[in-house]
Amino acid sequence: MDKQGYDAIRKLLGESPAFVQGDVACAYGAVLAGCRYFAGYPITPATETAESMASLMPGCGGTYIQMEDEIASIAAVIGASWAGEKAMTTTSGPGFSLMQENIGYACMTETPCVIVNVQRSGPSTGQPTEPAQGDMMQARWGSHGDYELIALVPNSVQECLDLVIEAFNLSERFRVPVIVLTDGEVGHMREKTVIPEFDELKLVERETPTVPRESYVPFGGGEAAVPPMGFFGLGYRTYVTGLTHTEKGLPATSSAEEHTKLVSRLCEKIRQASESLVRIEERYLDEAEFAVVSYGITSRVALNAVRTLRRRKKKIGYLRLIGLWPFPEERLLGLSKQVKGILVPEMNLGQVYHPIREAVAGKCRVAHLPKIGGEIHTPAEIVEAVQKLMGGRRR
Amino acid sequence: MNDEPIIPGPARPLKPHRLLKFLRQEILPTAFCPGCGCGTVLNSFAQAVEELSIDPKDMVFVTGIGCSSWIPSPYFKGDTLHTTHGRPIAFATGVKIMRPDLKVVVIAGDGDIAGIGGNHLVHAARRNIDITVLMVNNWNYGMTGGQVSPATPFGVPTTTTPYDNPEHPLEAAELVAAAGANYVSRWTTYHVFPLMESIQKALEIEGFSFIEILSQCPVSYGKMVDMRRASDFLKFYRDQSVRVHKAKEMSAEELEGKIVVGKLVERQRSEFVTSLRRINERFREG
Ligand SMILES: Cc1ncc(C[n+]2csc(CCOP(=O)(O)OP(=O)(O)O)c2C)c(N)n1
Repeated sequence: MDKQGYDAIRKLLGESPAFVQGDVACAYGAVLAGCRYFAGYPITPATETAESMASLMPGCGGTYIQMEDEIASIAAVIGASWAGEKAMTTTSGPGFSLMQENIGYACMTETPCVIVNVQRSGPSTGQPTEPAQGDMMQARWGSHGDYELIALVPNSVQECLDLVIEAFNLSERFRVPVIVLTDGEVGHMREKTVIPEFDELKLVERETPTVPRESYVPFGGGEAAVPPMGFFGLGYRTYVTGLTHTEKGLPATSSAEEHTKLVSRLCEKIRQASESLVRIEERYLDEAEFAVVSYGITSRVALNAVRTLRRRKKKIGYLRLIGLWPFPEERLLGLSKQVKGILVPEMNLGQVYHPIREAVAGKCRVAHLPKIGGEIHTPAEIVEAVQKLMGGRRR
Repeated sequence: MNDEPIIPGPARPLKPHRLLKFLRQEILPTAFCPGCGCGTVLNSFAQAVEELSIDPKDMVFVTGIGCSSWIPSPYFKGDTLHTTHGRPIAFATGVKIMRPDLKVVVIAGDGDIAGIGGNHLVHAARRNIDITVLMVNNWNYGMTGGQVSPATPFGVPTTTTPYDNPEHPLEAAELVAAAGANYVSRWTTYHVFPLMESIQKALEIEGFSFIEILSQCPVSYGKMVDMRRASDFLKFYRDQSVRVHKAKEMSAEELEGKIVVGKLVERQRSEFVTSLRRINERFREG
């Protein structure tokens, strides 16, 4: 994006700082990141992002389309990405469930795209207007087969904007779908939001091939490579399929060798970059004996609780997961060697609790504080749970 | 790239077929069963592209999952998105909106387009987006071995209706015409020349164009109804088809079991991407 393009977008977005909803900030982030295609389907509490994109896209030279369902929305987004554009869709639980097959397709075909899931309370239609963190595992494992993708979890309106930009950058860089997991609370609350200036904006664009068509290898490049993307209309006549394919892209559905090579590369390109993908916020961890590990809206309450405990001279630390997938295992293992126990408050019945326990591998106690029903934890609940953890005996 | 003739033959090598230039020859021969109609559709399609002198680099093929999806994919040498079952029209919508200068063509089966993907079909026709869809109707789910499809005729056995199909088939072409497409026709693999001309028309016309192509499946479908040779189907198509204008003069009883072939609709409703761009530009000019 050049300065002129940026200025045009800034004119549409208006004053900075803005006072907007998280959902709207997601749209701001998208247009600043260079998103020029949005396909969606209305669903509470994500609809405001679609409405914002509908009003912003024409002014940015982009296109909004409301598709007939969420399966079509993600399909059209993948199509637009192969037509060479940065593309996004937003949804909530029921729509996210419908998208799963095509999210796997995007992983298999290495299609950059961004999916914002403003989580609501499920299963099924559940509590449409209430927040939840019930799709943390679905984001990672929702589609069939082995794959890796990236998921980011904002806890403020500002971070909705910032992380959607980052999501686009990572999806272009690694050619994977990137999922931004907000929730009904972050999506609907309004906060002061600073719009980045032109020179603060660092955008990543997908690499395209420079070789002639005959020597272009669309899905090759070795172990953990991210091949350049010869998208449609460039003249490469790229063959893209969700079937197991060779480096040339042609189907090789009966070959164990080709399948292993392909799927290993798709996973390795993310796994080998996982250290660079760690996004965590750490506070009060110096000399901490116990820690609260949280993410999303819950982390704001957790921070409040940690501060309260610190005022009471308790050695409690705070770690917030911003990048959820790939999971920052090493960091949690490191934390477990420092502290005696970790408390995991979350708005589900135990989703991120599990990978934390796996990472910690018994090095310290891990306690769980689940809460569902659309209500956010209170600081008092977290304080009490930490005290219980501190007083507990090692089994 | 190998330009050698692929058909092993007499000592004097055959000249490569002139339409072979459109195909990814390294992956031939095709995976189609003996007698399958997909080859005929591929041939008619390639012929239409040749007649119109379209450069395949200006085309994008979007297909679903099923034997018919393999007609262009991987054989036709153009940018190709072989998608998930039922969704090619939705994927194609994203491609077309961002690249209206490219010809976007969807080829897939009756199960893919009218069954699992039926919702996308109806809405793409309603929007009248400039995409060409060839629905290859072989009256069954061919790839999975002959199960009942939304286009299977009433009363015939399939592997999942072993005691005969209790459902009525969808008349996909009529449905798409009612939904608002600019061009709709129905032909069969018996009618190769009209089919080729119709594909040309569909590629040329602005707006949603749809051709339902009845195409034989002697292996998966034929085994259940004792039509094991391609010619069994071609004779059936020849004998049972009625041209659109004739059909208009026939009663419902007379039309029972007939295949109405020809052009159902040709009109000039405004095309979706053009309207969308116009509205967006109007906004930009403020
Ligand atoms: C979501 C999903 N459901 C089911 C399948 C299995 N499947 C593969 S091909 C096919 C049927 C194809 O039939 P049709 O679209 O009529 O094409 P044909 O093979 O007859 O040409 C099915 C059901 C699938 N691949 N994906």
